[in-house]
Amino acid sequence: MNAADTGFILICAALVMFMTPGLALFYGGMVRAKNVLGTLMQSFILIGVVSVVWAVLGYSLSFGTDIGGFIGGLDFVGLSGVGMGVENSPADNLSHLTFMIFQCMFAVITPALITGAFAERMRFPAFLAFSVAWLLVVYAPMCHWVWGGGWMGEMGALDFAGGAVVHMSSGAAALAACLVIGPRKGFRKEPHMPHNLPMTLLGGGILWFGWFGFNAGSALAADGLAASAFVATHLAASAGALGWIAVEWKHAGKPTTLGAVSGAVAGLVAITPAAGFVTPMPAIVIGLFAGGICYGGVLLKTKLGYDDSLDVVGIHGIGGTWGALATGLFASIGAEGLFHGNPEQLWIQFVSVVATWVYCFAASFILLKLADAFFGLRVNDEDEVRGVDVAEHSEAGYQI
Amino acid sequence: MKKIEIIIRPFKLEEVKDALTRAGVTGMTVTEVKGFGRQRGHKEVYRGAEYQVDFVAKAKIDVVVDDDRVREIVEAASKAAATGEVGDGKIFVSPVDETMRIRTGESGPEAL
Repeated sequence: MNAADTGFILICAALVMFMTPGLALFYGGMVRAKNVLGTLMQSFILIGVVSVVWAVLGYSLSFGTDIGGFIGGLDFVGLSGVGMGVENSPADNLSHLTFMIFQCMFAVITPALITGAFAERMRFPAFLAFSVAWLLVVYAPMCHWVWGGGWMGEMGALDFAGGAVVHMSSGAAALAACLVIGPRKGFRKEPHMPHNLPMTLLGGGILWFGWFGFNAGSALAADGLAASAFVATHLAASAGALGWIAVEWKHAGKPTTLGAVSGAVAGLVAITPAAGFVTPMPAIVIGLFAGGICYGGVLLKTKLGYDDSLDVVGIHGIGGTWGALATGLFASIGAEGLFHGNPEQLWIQFVSVVATWVYCFAASFILLKLADAFFGLRVNDEDEVRGVDVAEHSEAGYQI
Repeated sequence: MKKIEIIIRPFKLEEVKDALTRAGVTGMTVTEVKGFGRQRGHKEVYRGAEYQVDFVAKAKIDVVVDDDRVREIVEAASKAAATGEVGDGKIFVSPVDETMRIRTGESGPEAL
């Protein structure tokens, strides 16, 4: 066990934890005032819910002894065998508990990302049931496939910090959620405008800050690779903000603050799978393109007519997909992509993209239908107009 | 007596107040209002989605003056409020039947 690595990864775990309340603010500012608490709650409570489920069962399904390349076994249920030493730890420089809690924070934020798709209309009991089921049925297998010794990692798919596990999976689930729950009342007829963009900007800033733990920490050591991932992460986010506002300025006439922060998040999403595999200049290219591509991604919902309230598909789904493919193009550290003479890698990345989308979309779709049948997914019309804050939580965000 | 309602751009309020004061107006009531004219309001864009916001913030000044002062005061107000761009506002003049100063009980032009 290495003390410096352990210290670094514990701090990174704390940074990643901070992303979830950051996400709550990012999303909370984008909904209408009557839904701000319901939206904040859906992220915040997942810190509690997922952490407990992760410790009891999720971690074992993700990192337990491989079963057929698909899922982990039950050897770590209740964190048995996960101790202060390195015994059984997937990283022999870290205590097993350190590795487990770092991964826990990834598991927390991933279902929280999906909540942006069904914001302003989901019932709380159905949301809780769906999130727990999704963690066990979708997230844990995805995590196992990529990092836990499953088939995708064995195939050689590159996913440094969770492009497939975190972003494509939540993006695909978000698309399923939009289709199952249906559009908000008045979608495309009345405005659903953000009520507090300064809150969104602050939340986006916290996400950016926490993302250093997410990506640099995925080096699983306090070393040069962590520094490289940190730099790539920061440059991609910076370029993402620039890419988005450039396209937006040209297309809509003005650069917006929501565009700048959305572009930064798009850059962060896209660099996530590539963070430890690319040098700084390709990171800038990946970020720049992510800003432009995700701007187009959010326009898609208007074209195709699904109501992805806060653009989870457009930013996490499409940004994650671009990042996964870009990893196959630009990888040069520890693996080679197409531009470094290895076209095979791009094909492997493509297969991982298709498998992730198909599995996560289909499984999420079924889980949402089940949650609807057992709990009722959607608030009734009157409650939707009143807002979920009062309807679901008997609270109001603001007393003005 | 006539009541003059002057609806203007909020940033023009100080200039119009000064112009009215110079024209001899001794009192006025100002209200923050919202509205739109033929051009409607403005456009807001969130992640590429456009929303038309019809109601634009305006300031409304109410003054009541003697009949023979109306033209002069309307001209002073419109000159001070004008920018030449769409959205400069409107002025309405209407008759006033009765006026009373609450403190003294004076009525008519004496109460202005």
